[in-house]
Amino acid sequence: MSRIEAEVGKPKGGLMKWIDDRFPFTKTMKYHVTEYYASKNFNFWYVFGVLAMVVLVLQLVTGIFLTMNYKPSAEEAFASVEYIMRDVEWGWLIRYMHSTGASFFFIVVYLHMYRAMLYGSYKKPRELIWIIGMLIFLVLMAEAFAGYLLPWGQMSYWGAQVIISLFGAIPAIGDSLVEYIRGDYSISDITLNRFFALHVIALPLALIGLVFVHIVALHEVGSNNPDGIEIKKLKGADGVPLDGVAFHPYHTSKDLVAIIVFLMIFSAVVFFAPEMGGYFLEHANFEPANLRATPEHIAPVWYFTPFYAILRAVPDKLWGFILFGTSVILPLFLPWLDRSRVKSIRYRGSLYKSALALFTVSFVALGWLGMQPPDGVYVVVARLCAVVYFAFFLLMPYYTSIDKTKPVPERVVYHG
Amino acid sequence: MADLNRGFLKGVGMKIVEVVLLVSCIAWTGAHAAVEVDLERANIDRSNINSLQRGARNFMNYCSGCHSAKYVRFNTIGKYLELSDEQLIDNLMFNAEKTFETINVSMRPQDAERWFGTAPPDLSLMARAKGADYVYSFLKGFYVDPKSPTGVDNSVLAGTSMPNVLWELQGYQRATYSEHQETDAEGQPVTIIDHFAGFEPITTGTMDAKDFDEFVRDTTNFLSYIAEPIRADRRKLGVWVLMYLIFFWIIARMLKKQIWKDVK
Amino acid sequence: MTDDEMDQIDRNRRHFLTIATAVTGLAGAGLVAIPFLSSLKPSARAQALGAPVEVPIGSLEPGAMVRVLWRGKLIFVLHRTETMLSLLPDNDQYLRDPRSEVTEQQPPYAVNENRSVRPEILVVEGACTHLGCAPLEKFEVIPAEHWNGGFFCPCHGSKFDLSGRVYKGVPAPTNLRVPPYRFVRDDLLLIGQDTGAA
Repeated sequence: MSRIEAEVGKPKGGLMKWIDDRFPFTKTMKYHVTEYYASKNFNFWYVFGVLAMVVLVLQLVTGIFLTMNYKPSAEEAFASVEYIMRDVEWGWLIRYMHSTGASFFFIVVYLHMYRAMLYGSYKKPRELIWIIGMLIFLVLMAEAFAGYLLPWGQMSYWGAQVIISLFGAIPAIGDSLVEYIRGDYSISDITLNRFFALHVIALPLALIGLVFVHIVALHEVGSNNPDGIEIKKLKGADGVPLDGVAFHPYHTSKDLVAIIVFLMIFSAVVFFAPEMGGYFLEHANFEPANLRATPEHIAPVWYFTPFYAILRAVPDKLWGFILFGTSVILPLFLPWLDRSRVKSIRYRGSLYKSALALFTVSFVALGWLGMQPPDGVYVVVARLCAVVYFAFFLLMPYYTSIDKTKPVPERVVYHG
Repeated sequence: MADLNRGFLKGVGMKIVEVVLLVSCIAWTGAHAAVEVDLERANIDRSNINSLQRGARNFMNYCSGCHSAKYVRFNTIGKYLELSDEQLIDNLMFNAEKTFETINVSMRPQDAERWFGTAPPDLSLMARAKGADYVYSFLKGFYVDPKSPTGVDNSVLAGTSMPNVLWELQGYQRATYSEHQETDAEGQPVTIIDHFAGFEPITTGTMDAKDFDEFVRDTTNFLSYIAEPIRADRRKLGVWVLMYLIFFWIIARMLKKQIWKDVK
Repeated sequence: MTDDEMDQIDRNRRHFLTIATAVTGLAGAGLVAIPFLSSLKPSARAQALGAPVEVPIGSLEPGAMVRVLWRGKLIFVLHRTETMLSLLPDNDQYLRDPRSEVTEQQPPYAVNENRSVRPEILVVEGACTHLGCAPLEKFEVIPAEHWNGGFFCPCHGSKFDLSGRVYKGVPAPTNLRVPPYRFVRDDLLLIGQDTGAA
C-alpha cells in the first residue's frame, strides 16, 4: 500500500491536513490573513481599500441579479429597468443598490487614491501597486461609462454620444474609430448591445483580475502607513515587525467597524435619497432616450466631471481631448514625478503641503464646475483649476526635490 | 493617398461644424437658463391617501385619454390607495378590464402624432424626470395666446402642443409681464418686457382658484406617487436597516476595542 | 484582581463579543438574502401574464379535445363521450391511484371517478408527471390490451386513462395534475381560478 493511499483511506490530522496536502489553504490564509502584518497605526484613510472590495462584491452580486431581468435592446432596455423597479419583487432595492454602488465605488476609490497621495504609498517599493491601481481606476471608468448607457435614458444616450464623439477628435482615424466603437452611424441598439457585453463580462473580468494582482503585489511588499515607514525594517525576535499587527484579528475587527459605518451611509442613500438630488441618478435619465432632442442641461455623472471640466475648459476639440486624456493618465507617473526623500505628508515640507492643498481644491472645484453650464466665469475658473491640476503633476519633480522635509522617526507614531 | 487626404480634410470640416454646434448649444443653454420662470411650489403630501385617490380620479378623467402610464398597474395603485378591485373597476378603469393591467391609452401613437404634432408622452415617470413643482406649475401655467394653434401657450413649457384640458375648471387666463418704458434712439417711447410676472383670469371656471389649486395638487401628487410607487416602502425599510446597522456597529466596536487591548 | 483573573475575564468577554458579532453579521446576511431570493419569484408581469384564461367550450363536440396554454403550461380540455365515461370504472384495477388520493394532484372538487367538476369535461395539465413531456392522445379502445382509451407519453411510455389517472408499472408516479378551474357560464370555462377563494 503506497503512502498516498494510506492517507486517502485514513486522513491523519483531519480534513484540514487532507486539504492542505492538496491545496495551500492554511499556507495562503497565513500569508494573506493571519500572518500578514500591517502597521498598527492605520487611520481613517486606510479603510478605503477594504471598502472598495466591499463595493466590488456588492456591484457583482446586484449586477448578476439585475442581468436576470434587464434587456439589452434599444426597444426594451428602458422598459426593462422600470420593470425591475416596479414588477420584480424587491427589484427596486437591487437596482438602487447597484446605482448607488456605482457612485460609492468612485467615492471610495478617489479617497483610496488620495490616501496614497497623502502618505506617499505609490513611492518605492510600491510603484507597481500604484500602476495596477491606476489601471483599475481606468477600467472602472470604462465600466461605469458602459453601465450608464444601459438604462437607455436621455442622459445615458446623450452622455454616451458626447463622450464617444470625443474620440472623433483624433486626427485621421477619429471618425472611423467612433464608428468602430459604436458599431453604427450613431449610438444605437448595436452600441447598447456591445456595451452590455463589456459591462457585464469583459470589464468586470478585467477588474477582478486587476484587483487580485493589486492585492498580491501589496502583500508582497507590505502595506504603507501614515508615517511612511517600512515596518519590515525592525522585526522582533519572532520575525514579526515590531510595529505590525496581524491582519486578522486586528485589522479585520477594525475594518468591520468601518464597513458597518460605510453601510450606514450607503443605506441612508439607498433608502432615503437614491437619486441623491440628481447626482447619482440624473433626472433626465427618467425619460427614455429621445434621438431627436438633447436634454437642456447635459453633464456626465459626478465622478467624471473633474476630467470633463478640463475637456470643456479647452476651446479646441483635439486639444480638449488630449488634455482630458492626459489629466486621466497623469497620476500614473506619480512614483517618478515625486522626488521627495520622505513618503508621508507628516514629514513633508510646506511646498508639497501647499501644492497638495491647491491640487485638492482645484480637483474638487473642477468636479463642481463640470456640472455647471460652461458660461463665462465658470470657464475662466475651470481653466485656472486645470492649470493648477497639471502644474501639480508637472512641477512635482522640482518642488518635491527642493522641499524641506522633516526627519522621519524609526518607529510609527501610535497612541494606544 | 488623395482619398485619404480628402477624408482627413472632410474630417476636419466636420469637426469645425461639430465645435460650432457644441458652442452654440452651450450658448443656447446659457441663454435659456436666464428666461426660466420660477416654478411654483407644489407642496404635495405623498402620505395623504385621500389626496392621492382624488389625484387618481383626476388623472383617469383628464389625462388618461391621451397619456398612458404604461409601467403602472391598476392593482399596484389599488393596494397603496386602499381601493378594492371593485372600486378600481368602477372608478378608474375605463378601457382596461383586468386590475393587473397597466394604464394604457387607446389612442395609437401614430394618430396622436398626427393630431398633436407629437405623441403625448407617457406619464409614468414624468414627475420624477421633471419634478413635482414643474408638473404643478405646468398644469397651472396655460395662458391664452392667439398665435398658438391650440389657442394657449404655457409659461413653463413654451410652445407646448398640449391644449389646456383643464380650462373648464380653471377658466381662461392671460399672462402679464413686468415691463418698463424706455425711449429709443429716435426719442420714441418703447415698452421693454423684463420678465413674466403672473396670470390674470379672463373667464371664470367651474372651480374657484383655491379649489383648482387643490385639484392640480392632487393630480401632481398622484403623478409623483406613480413615478416611484415603492417610495414609502423603501423609507420604512430604511429605518429598520439603519437600526440594525447601529446595533451591529455597537457590538463590532466593542469587539474591536477588546481585540486591540493587546496592542501597545 | 490578579493578572490571570483579568486575562480570564477578557478572554470570556472577547469570546462572547466574537460570537455576538458573528451572529449579528450572519443574521444580517441572511436578511439581505431575502430580497435577492424573492426577486427570483414570478414578477408582477409574470403573474399578470399567468392570469386565468377563458376557454369557450360551447362548440367542443363530444370526443373532441382542445389544447390551451395557461401560464405557459399545456392544458388538455376533453369533452368525453358517454361511452368513454362508462368505461372508466373498468380501468380501476390497473391504476396506481384510482381514487385520486394524492391530494396535490387535483383540487378537492376533482376527487372523483371522472376527476372533474362536470363529468363529461376533463381538464388536466398536459404534462406527464414523470418528466414533463406532453402525452399523446390515444382514444381508440383496444380491448386486447385492456386499453379503454387514454393518454400515452412518448418519452418513457407512461400511460394514463381518460381521467388522467396513471397506470401501474409505468415511470410516471402520479395522476395528471388538474389545474384550478371553474365554469363562468355553461359554455365558458375559466382555467386558473376556482369559485370563491382562488
